[in-house]
Amino acid sequence: MLIPHPLLGPRDAQEFTYLGDAALLARPDGMAEGALGAFIDYVYLRDNPAGVHRELWFHEQGDRSWLVVTRNTVTHEIIDAQLARDVALARKGAVA
Amino acid sequence: MRFSGFRVIKEALTGHKGWQPLWRNPDPKPAYDYVIVGGGGHGLATAYYLANTFRKARIAVLEKGWLGSGNIGRNTTIIRSNYGLPGNQPFYEFSMKLWEGLEQEFNFNAMVSQRGILNLIHTDAQRDAYRRRGNAMLFSGADAELLDRDRVRDMCPWLNFDNARFPIKGGLMQRRAGTARHDGVAWGYARGADRAGVDLIQNCEVTGFRIEEGRIRGVETSRGYIAAAKVGVAVAGSTSRVMEKAGLRLPIESHVLQAFVSEGLKPLIPGVITFGAGHFYVSQSDKGGLVFGGDIDGYNSYAQRGNMPVIEDVIEGGMALMPMIGRARLLRVWGGIMDMSMDGSPIIDRTPVEGLYLNAGWCYGGFKATPASGYSFAHLLATDTPHETARHFRLDRFARGHVIDEKGMGAQPNLH
Ligand SMILES: Cc1cc2nc3c(=O)[nH]c(=O)nc-3n(C[C@H](O)[C@H](O)[C@H](O)COP(=O)(O)OP(=O)(O)OC[C@H]3O[C@@H](n4cnc5c(N)ncnc54)[C@H](O)[C@@H]3O)c2cc1C
Repeated sequence: MLIPHPLLGPRDAQEFTYLGDAALLARPDGMAEGALGAFIDYVYLRDNPAGVHRELWFHEQGDRSWLVVTRNTVTHEIIDAQLARDVALARKGAVA
Repeated sequence: MRFSGFRVIKEALTGHKGWQPLWRNPDPKPAYDYVIVGGGGHGLATAYYLANTFRKARIAVLEKGWLGSGNIGRNTTIIRSNYGLPGNQPFYEFSMKLWEGLEQEFNFNAMVSQRGILNLIHTDAQRDAYRRRGNAMLFSGADAELLDRDRVRDMCPWLNFDNARFPIKGGLMQRRAGTARHDGVAWGYARGADRAGVDLIQNCEVTGFRIEEGRIRGVETSRGYIAAAKVGVAVAGSTSRVMEKAGLRLPIESHVLQAFVSEGLKPLIPGVITFGAGHFYVSQSDKGGLVFGGDIDGYNSYAQRGNMPVIEDVIEGGMALMPMIGRARLLRVWGGIMDMSMDGSPIIDRTPVEGLYLNAGWCYGGFKATPASGYSFAHLLATDTPHETARHFRLDRFARGHVIDEKGMGAQPNLH
């Protein structure tokens, strides 16, 4: 699989390590009401879809950036890749 | 029709005209007491024990493809009970004991072969870890032996003992472990279940659940609605997809695991051997092919095929351990979809929906578990209490903090 790195162009997926569902970017607030339940969900439960999946890949053998890769889990087709930093900041902006 | 030596001779003399199909191919009835979703090893074993051991009737197994079309027909056939944790090891040892009597019990040749498993040791720390594991195995009533380097050399002189980075310093041996014919196991259970009156319904995909007031009423399928008092789901890699239809989100990710077989070679490898310094394990089938594998690919997948980097990694492991494998030609590579759980251990439990039960999270180790998994799941379905050896495989253990994390990797399925 080739991951279209937004800064470095197409890179072999072998240069990356895989973490999992990009929903992990949305870490719950530990101080909020019901935080325990929210953390159990966050740590242990996954959507695990067959089809389009947004996921976190770390460019360990490259520029050590985190990417949000959109990939089809049925065909392994890679549809999109963005810097996780940009995705997280956009999310924060949207929430604030 | 019973199988026996006498029967084989008789058929040989009469032109093999007396063999009959191993099971019927019935159409679904409108209602059952027990519906098992998934005609893989675990689903078929569950139906078998429900009917034969727990004496239940009105049972159906619903399989979306053909019986044994999933992981039961794709795995590398290793059976063993060499786990370390108290939540796991008694269960796998129970499974090992069931394997030992299985062929007599269901009157089918599953080619259970206790040829032993040897986990190689490459460092002093690894020897300590394996000594501890061996003791945990002995505590559960299983067998374990710590071998020194010379005894390993006697068994397998062709291993690469003096590899500069990964010298072989010994091994942990379980002699009762071994291999079994994976398809034969599915067929044996299927035949035994069918003979006890279970309807094995193929080409019947479960597409939804009918749930009323928190209770299961039946399942929607590609062959129409089927009412059921109790439904047990054992669909391995498809678990999240199927249970989503009952509104459940699970501690599971689906990953692809690949396996490999070489051309047939003369008898060479006495049992199962695992490389302790990389991801590679190997055994030799009765046809002579070297059957080997390694790690999962490591990303969520439903594709039933993997990619080159893991193939390369596995082959490198093989070359480091037994350089002569480089002379063998690779015949086939394939993949199957694993239900990787968040702690690497399985789930056999009820669900929040009354009458709906779950058997999942087998990761890449569910073949050896087939007998005990079927037995325990049948126990749960029949009595509503967990089987003694499976009582730790609870769905809520993650929320309670009682995970069974054999490798100590945390909530990271691709590391288990
Ligand atoms: C390459 C590979 C190597 C392995 N090696 C080993 C090994 O050496 N030792 C070991 O112990 N384990 C091994 N495993 C793991 C083991 O094969 C699995 O854990 C085990 O087979 C899973 O249980 P099962 O047999 O019930 O699964 P499956 O055979 O996959 O059964 C699940 C069934 O459910 C059906 N299904 C899915 N969705 C639906 C639906 N909606 N409706 C109806 N039916 C449905 C599927 O078609 C399938 O037949 C390996 C797996 C793979 C892929």
